[in-house]
Amino acid sequence: MTGFLFRRLLNYIVLCLLATFLAFSLASLTFHPLDQLKQRNPPPPAATIQAKAHELRLDQPIPLRFAHWMGGAVRGDFGETINGTPITAELGRRVGVSLRLFLIGTVLGIGLGVLVGVVSAIRQYRFSDYFATLLAFVVLSTPVFLLGTLLKFGALQLNTAAGTTLLNFTGESTPNFTGSFGAAVLDRLQHLVLPTLTIALGQIALYSRYQRSAMLDVLGSDFLRTAQAKGLTRRRALFKHGLRTALIPMATLFAFGFGLLITGGAFTEQLFSWYGMGNWLVTGITTQDTNITATVTLFVAVCVLVSGWLSDLLYAVLDPRVRL
Amino acid sequence: MTMSRTEQDAAGTLESAAGSPVEPGFAPGAATTRGRLVLRRFLRNRLALVGLVVVVLLYVTAFLGPAISPWTYDSQDYTAFLVPPSPSHWFGTTQIGGDVFVQTMRGLQKSLTIGLLVGVISTSVAAVVGAAAGYFGGWADRALMWLVDLLLVLPSFLILAILSPGLQQTGWLIFVVLLAAFSWMITARIVRGMTLSLREREFVKAARFMGEAPWRIIARHILPNMASLLIIDATINVGTAVLTETGLSYFGFGVQPPDVSLGTLIRDGTQSALTTPWLFLPAGILLIVSVLAVNFVGDGLRDALDPSSTRGRRRERRAKATAGRRAAVSVDERTSTSGAVA
Repeated sequence: MTGFLFRRLLNYIVLCLLATFLAFSLASLTFHPLDQLKQRNPPPPAATIQAKAHELRLDQPIPLRFAHWMGGAVRGDFGETINGTPITAELGRRVGVSLRLFLIGTVLGIGLGVLVGVVSAIRQYRFSDYFATLLAFVVLSTPVFLLGTLLKFGALQLNTAAGTTLLNFTGESTPNFTGSFGAAVLDRLQHLVLPTLTIALGQIALYSRYQRSAMLDVLGSDFLRTAQAKGLTRRRALFKHGLRTALIPMATLFAFGFGLLITGGAFTEQLFSWYGMGNWLVTGITTQDTNITATVTLFVAVCVLVSGWLSDLLYAVLDPRVRL
Repeated sequence: MTMSRTEQDAAGTLESAAGSPVEPGFAPGAATTRGRLVLRRFLRNRLALVGLVVVVLLYVTAFLGPAISPWTYDSQDYTAFLVPPSPSHWFGTTQIGGDVFVQTMRGLQKSLTIGLLVGVISTSVAAVVGAAAGYFGGWADRALMWLVDLLLVLPSFLILAILSPGLQQTGWLIFVVLLAAFSWMITARIVRGMTLSLREREFVKAARFMGEAPWRIIARHILPNMASLLIIDATINVGTAVLTETGLSYFGFGVQPPDVSLGTLIRDGTQSALTTPWLFLPAGILLIVSVLAVNFVGDGLRDALDPSSTRGRRRERRAKATAGRRAAVSVDERTSTSGAVA
């Protein structure tokens, strides 16, 4: 089992490097970081442009630029943004903001998604099943940015009805917040509810559909009948034998799901003015900044790596055949 | 989010198509009977039928609407700035007097057209590449699997966003090509898995021993046997493509300003969503309704084309009929998947 996990880890690391290289090259090829400088009025002298190009290493071939950037990244220096501020200074805070959103979103999404799926499968063709199915379909057909906007809309109605600001939808905390520790936590929570809901709803809908079909397959199986025949209660048989088997195909899905979560995260951050990694990517692309883009890509790749590796681990725990 | 749903959805179909003899022979009589059977099963599914009608209606309205309305999508009414819906402007107007109804219809046109094109193109590419990888194996196979794994680590959304600034002047057809170019990988992997099992079937072996060229075998014997999967997948990919397109356009990375898509309309409308909801609600509702309708059609097609699916039949029969087969195939599918990633 250790060998299996180690091989997967190695595979992921190579993929990570390759993905970052690809993003770096694509960004270097399509971005024109000097345009902003050239369009200034009066136009700056050619020497200034050349100096900037030299500073951004545009006079070097792309693989060399990548090697330089990666060399720095390994030592914790991700280069500078196009405006000259070091990326590392901002990185920690932004990673924290994004991870908070992703982790809570994933845990909520997987937990509730599996629960809804299992309940739907057990109560197949009842009202609750139809209701959950319809709701999941609607959520899956709604893009994240629209879902977030509609939630904002709802929150505003709620706030007006309540007369105070129950749910906040700009930023991740109130700027210059002063108050006790408890009040600060409450303030963060008020800001956290809507973005987390935005990101988790899609995950819940997605996982519940899979979990439902996986569970339905298991429900008709012989081993579940055997488990009940040997004297287990239906509930025990369902959870000990049924759910465990039905979770196996899900393990592979969690890695996929995380990649999608990151895309959704970019929208959510943009929508609720959270200054996280997704928001940074958009900034990076609009300011034609290769370093920011590469840094965000590396972050995404590492996230997918960790979640992929964790889902391999989960797979190994759930399915004894892998451990052989 | 539909990316991985596709894989799972198709996995359900895969089980039936690969695990049961769908129609090994190609007698014309048998084909029509199956066609009629599928049609009957599809028509029986109310939700899918409604979905199909809605999609067709929306598409027709998207083209007819602007023709009926006196306004065009880039004209301005200088007597009506930011007015709510009224008889002269059915969905109201924007800050500069543009007619929201016509703009929404124009956006719907664009979004649905892009979605349909991308769905068809990416599924075709996936079919050819996946079948080739599965059939030939070796290097072709390994390269394809690496591409799919790479897409897992590097979401296609990210690649498209990075590429977009360089393509802002090139028009929406290039955008379609790009979208299609980065959305075939997951389907290709499913097709590959099915090809691996079809390759060992008697009728494919027979064709091989008769000296048929590999490409002819793929086109004549392998792809027709997964036609149901491909049709379902194309449908689901349409929904995914619409969502990706609107998402990219929302960020300003997709369809560019003089032109509109549902994504750009929603972006422009949500800036003042709370005071002027008519600016984004029509586009938003139409977007949800159209993707929902496409998904219902896909779901109905799966039920109609998948012999093991028994929606509408009695429950007891279903459990017995599918249990054995699913258990057998799910092991097979798992080995092929893990083998691919390792």
